[in-house]
Amino acid sequence: MGLKRNVSLSAGLRYKGPGAYLTYILHRIGGLGMAIFIAVHILAAFIGGRTGGFLNGIYENWAFQIFIFFCALFHAINGLRITILDLFPKLLEYQPEAIWIEWAVFIPLFGISAFVILNTALGG
Amino acid sequence: MTSKSRNLSIKQRGLMNFEAVMWIFTRLSALAIYGLILVGLIGALIMGARNNMNFADVMRWAFMPNITHVQSTDLQDLNPWASPFWKLTASALLLVATAHGVHGLAVIADDYIAGSGARKAVRFLSVLMMLSMMGMGLWLIWTS
Repeated sequence: MGLKRNVSLSAGLRYKGPGAYLTYILHRIGGLGMAIFIAVHILAAFIGGRTGGFLNGIYENWAFQIFIFFCALFHAINGLRITILDLFPKLLEYQPEAIWIEWAVFIPLFGISAFVILNTALGG
Repeated sequence: MTSKSRNLSIKQRGLMNFEAVMWIFTRLSALAIYGLILVGLIGALIMGARNNMNFADVMRWAFMPNITHVQSTDLQDLNPWASPFWKLTASALLLVATAHGVHGLAVIADDYIAGSGARKAVRFLSVLMMLSMMGMGLWLIWTS
C-alpha cells in the first residue's frame, strides 16, 4: 500500500494480469460482496424497525443466500491457498497446481451447497 | 531477482513496516477465522442442528454465532445458543473479521485511488468504519 503508486482509476480498472487473474478478481468481488453485506446487515440490525425488517427479507431470499455463499466460500478457499503458499514460500513454485486443486475443491462444494439451498427453498 | 526474494522465508524478509505487519495479519487472521467458523459449525451440530436446522441456518450460525441467527429455526431450547461462550466466540469473530475486511477494502481502494490526499481520506474513512462496525456489532452481540 505504498502511497506513491501512480496508477489512474481507469488504468486500475482495466488491469488484466496473467495467470491467476480469475482467482484474484473473484477474491476481490467475494471480499467486497461480504464487506458490503456485513456492513449493511450490522447497520440494519442496529437500526431495527421497518428498514431492518425489509433488509432481512432480502437476506433470507435464496438467490441472495447463494450469492453470498459463493462470495464466502470462494474467498475462504482461495484465501486458504494464498495463506498456505505465502506462509510456506517454497510452495509458490506449484501455484498453478494449487489453483487447480482449489477449483477441484470449490466447484463440488459450492455445487452441492447451492443445490441444498435451492432444494430447501423451492422443494419445501 | 523478484522470484528469488519471493522465495525467502518470513524470518529472512523481516516485518519492518505497517504494510508488512498487515500482510502477515491478513494471513493469520484468515486462519483464526477458519478456526472460529469451525468452532461454530461443530458447536451447532453438538447442540442439535442436525434435526432442527437447514443448511442455510447452520451456515448463518457458523459465520456469526449470534442468538438472533437461530431464532427462526425449529430449535426448542435456545438457552445453550445464548451462552457467554458463544457471545465471546461471536465477539472474537467480529473483531478479527472486521479488521481483516476493512484492511482489505483499504488495499482495494489503494489500487484504484492514486492521489495521496484521496488515499489519506480512504484511511480515515476505513478507521472510522472499522471502529463503528466493531462498536455496533459488539452492542448487538451482547444485548440480543
